[in-house]
Amino acid sequence: MSTVAGEMDHHDHHHHAPSGITRWLFTTNHKDIGSMYLWFSFIMFLVGGSMAMVIRAELFQPGLQLVEPHFFNQMTTVHGLIMVFGAVMPAFTGLANWMVPMMIGAPDMALPRMNNWSFWILPFAFAILLGSLFMEGGGPAFGWTFYAPLSTTYSSDSTALFVFSVHIMGISSIMGAINVIVTIMNMRAPGMTYMKMPLFVWTWFITAFLLIAVMPVLAGAVTMVLTDKYFGTSFFDAAGGGDPVLFQHIFWFFGHPEVYIMILPSFGIISAIIPAFSRKKLFGYSSMVYATAAIAGLSFIVWAHHMFTTGMPVAAEIFFMYATMLISVPTGVKVFNWVATMWRGSITFETPMLFALAFVILFTIGGFSGLMLAITPVDFQYHDTYFVVAHFHYVLVTGAIFSIMAAAYYWLPKWTGHMYNETLAKWHFWTSLISVNVLFFPMHFAGLAGMPRRIPDYSLQFADINQIVSIGGFAFGLSQLIFLAVVIKCVRGGEKAPAKPWEGAEGLEWTVPSPAPYHTFETPPEVK
Amino acid sequence: MSTRLITALLASIPLAASAQSQLNLTQGVTEISQRVYDLHMTIFYICCVIGVIVFGAMFVSMILHRKSKGHKPATFHENVKVEILWTAIPFLILVGMAIPATKTLFAMEDTSEAEVTVLVTGSQWKWHYKYFDSDVEYYSLLATRQDQINNRLDKGENYLLEVDRPLVIPTDTKVRFLVTSDDVIHSWWVPDFAVKKDANPGFINEAWTKVDEPGIYRGQCAELCGKDHGFMPVVVIAKEPAEYEAWINEQEAIAKAEKEEEQRLLSMSMSKDELMELGERVYLGSCAACHQPSGEGIPGVFPSLKGTNMVMNDKAGHINIVVNGKSGTAMQAFGNQLSLRELAAVITYERNAWGNDTGDLIQAADVNEFLNK
Amino acid sequence: MTTNSPTPNPAPRADNARVVRRLLFVVVGMFGFGFALVPLYEVFCDITGFNGRTKNEQAAANMRSVDTSRTINVQFITRVNKGMPWGFEPEVKSVRVHPGETKVVNFLASNPTGQNMVAQAIPSVAPGEAGLYLNKTECFCFNQQPLAAGADTKMPMQFYLDPDIPKHIHTLTLSYTMYDMTANAQPDVLATFEAATSAD
Repeated sequence: MSTVAGEMDHHDHHHHAPSGITRWLFTTNHKDIGSMYLWFSFIMFLVGGSMAMVIRAELFQPGLQLVEPHFFNQMTTVHGLIMVFGAVMPAFTGLANWMVPMMIGAPDMALPRMNNWSFWILPFAFAILLGSLFMEGGGPAFGWTFYAPLSTTYSSDSTALFVFSVHIMGISSIMGAINVIVTIMNMRAPGMTYMKMPLFVWTWFITAFLLIAVMPVLAGAVTMVLTDKYFGTSFFDAAGGGDPVLFQHIFWFFGHPEVYIMILPSFGIISAIIPAFSRKKLFGYSSMVYATAAIAGLSFIVWAHHMFTTGMPVAAEIFFMYATMLISVPTGVKVFNWVATMWRGSITFETPMLFALAFVILFTIGGFSGLMLAITPVDFQYHDTYFVVAHFHYVLVTGAIFSIMAAAYYWLPKWTGHMYNETLAKWHFWTSLISVNVLFFPMHFAGLAGMPRRIPDYSLQFADINQIVSIGGFAFGLSQLIFLAVVIKCVRGGEKAPAKPWEGAEGLEWTVPSPAPYHTFETPPEVK
Repeated sequence: MSTRLITALLASIPLAASAQSQLNLTQGVTEISQRVYDLHMTIFYICCVIGVIVFGAMFVSMILHRKSKGHKPATFHENVKVEILWTAIPFLILVGMAIPATKTLFAMEDTSEAEVTVLVTGSQWKWHYKYFDSDVEYYSLLATRQDQINNRLDKGENYLLEVDRPLVIPTDTKVRFLVTSDDVIHSWWVPDFAVKKDANPGFINEAWTKVDEPGIYRGQCAELCGKDHGFMPVVVIAKEPAEYEAWINEQEAIAKAEKEEEQRLLSMSMSKDELMELGERVYLGSCAACHQPSGEGIPGVFPSLKGTNMVMNDKAGHINIVVNGKSGTAMQAFGNQLSLRELAAVITYERNAWGNDTGDLIQAADVNEFLNK
Repeated sequence: MTTNSPTPNPAPRADNARVVRRLLFVVVGMFGFGFALVPLYEVFCDITGFNGRTKNEQAAANMRSVDTSRTINVQFITRVNKGMPWGFEPEVKSVRVHPGETKVVNFLASNPTGQNMVAQAIPSVAPGEAGLYLNKTECFCFNQQPLAAGADTKMPMQFYLDPDIPKHIHTLTLSYTMYDMTANAQPDVLATFEAATSAD
């Protein structure tokens, strides 16, 4: 009895919290912050997406029609930066904020005030980045990988803003990651041992460690770019004894783990959804955990596979080729486990499951092209062509973003208390699935036929492929507006959702009512 | 519906990729490029087989094990033997892939002595070729006309893949490329040779090829190098060794004659119309990429030449910056790229075009005098 | 709320602070590691000849015996950085040397401008691996080179190849890129101009 009374006291207490804008500005509630992250990431997804539309519109036909090459380069650069740091990563942080405490039976994140900070500095980072596009000389135009010396001696003056905004993004990610780690280590409900945690928690736990390990390296890289450009150091300038290739080593030491930062939480999401809609327990839970850890570990020793053409000794090429190929083993284990989970289940095809299934297939296709790219001698042909563009969009769009969509549909009833409109959601799925393949699949062929990436104009042999790709691009862009409609409709109303809307779903989040009350698990649940 | 669609998509992969069209990697014209192609196809087929098995199992499960068919879920969720099996089998497949890959890699890095060495230098946004064993060197610029790029003219067959002076190499001869850069990182790529090497400023990289068939081979810069990254193609002509020999001798003779001609022309003054006409041509070829055909540049990136102080007043400074470039910026030294006449003409053009109208005429002799000061 | 519960939930604040402190330590450490990659890379390059970087410092005098059974073609490439107006050429394009044999090659530089200038030559070797066996006992590239307005100079480079150079290396290319260092010239190099003026 006393517990119930205590909970009610708390409710009363917290209901004095300010409403309106100040509620969102000062909130330390993990659900509020999670929602803000998710909305922010969706807005960034649309902003980055509209840049992709500019790119695809320019590439619709050979010749220069709409934009100047210099502006085109700014679009590819900022599209990449926004999608990586503004869309995918904040979406995962948003999901972690919402779900990690609820999955481990914690009342909130361990460091709620830092949580508020880590969100609220993000809009400033992106305002700076987007603002730099309107500066004289334009925004960053050196690719999201900002290779020196293009980003140092040869860049426009907005580079300082770019560096500053990346610093802020990095600080935000690091704070978010620290929060996740502390929450998972210290806030688990009694009985919730590490090996009982849902895989989403596990994958995020490992992701958070990756973030802490590599975001500071990125901060170091941009700082060196800054000092090389403005303060006369020569880390990357041969004239002063530096080396431009060193930049690539530092960048990819961050960059490759970063790639896994953007996919490991997806693995967690898919590992929640496939069992739920197969009505069968996840196959090989512990091997999933070990595979995730193995992928994270390997990610630190494969970075130079992005740099085979820079001129490495054969021994180094072989080492990085073998190490990279090795990653497909734990990744394969994951895919096999998902298939085994479905095997002899009792499967239904609600929208989260459809996205999860599409994820498994399309991510695996991205994995295959990744394996092909790992083979050094053929990478010399693939490197910096549209084959690479196709590869990483398969793992990032049909991989990371599809998993985020799946997660959104899966947990929307819990967040809003309403069921989403299944018909509209299925429209979203099918239009996305078809258009995304029209968009990215032909890119493989363009790349194999020899189309380099990051070019605003191309020779005539690529005209047909690019036209198809652009049509797919516009269709995929438009399809996402259906998603927006579904979410808005769901937030505003709809069929009441029960505490556990999915028959086969498991986990503590389904033991609280829908929508999840503002405060959950103030008294820790017992986990058996 | 879902299953049919996805199977159709998957089925289209091998068909499309193996067709001998523009949809697949080139087999190229060297032994290496052929080996690379074979390796690519091998790995691709292995991936297809794995894909068919894995996705096949998924689809079987999606078709047979659905709730709507009344399928009851099984309860198994662990099997160490199976786990070990599907860790070990992929590993063995990988070993199978690694062996041919390693062999091909070693074949590519064969460092035995080459008969012809060419120094390939990338700069924003053109390639420079210098034959190590003879006095032949030249820049290779995009030959596609700006009007085609801006859709004012029909695009030609080799749109964006044509240059004014291609690189010429002999067939059946081992050719060594030393690749470097003048400014940012570029990447010299000819798909038919399976050669792609980054051009790093201040450092040299090596690549080799031995072309079997005479022909014209086209490639592009493959590393983002700034604004006109998409407009610096690579064209290589492979000639029979005897033809190559004749060509290189001819080039040496031409280069020598040009130098003599230049000295002879020093005493001749050109009229304003001649200077402006030649100047415009040179400007569009060498300067307009940055300073724009309008002379207005791109604010904050490339300075304007329209009505600016140096162009309007500082004649010596103007000659100096065109001839010697400006350290630490994208402004190159054109002194060794253009002839004296061309330098004189382009400076004259800049001082009189776009309403600058200074009336200054710069003659080849003026530039020569500056050089010999 | 009950206080006698043995749960770890919510965790004591001190506990959180301890974890945060450790994680921040990692963050700071990794930021430092990013910068530590710079010297680590140098060391790595020195050991492996990665990226054609070669030691740009004086090697010990040649005490090795000459291996006359092998001859290696050493090519010289000279380049000037974009916007650098100097002339810079090797006296010979290539030399054939036996491993262990000491050779001197002269490089010619000229400053066609009306200003005193200082330059630095940066070497690069292909194949990178060969850089490990190239020993320079004297080189203009060790120091910044001053050149008065309109002057020219002959700069020597003395080297030998380590007889341990791997058998598969037949050709070694040594490239020098000349960079304009006038703005970052060392004071003692600049002083040479003044000395020259006062001597006049």
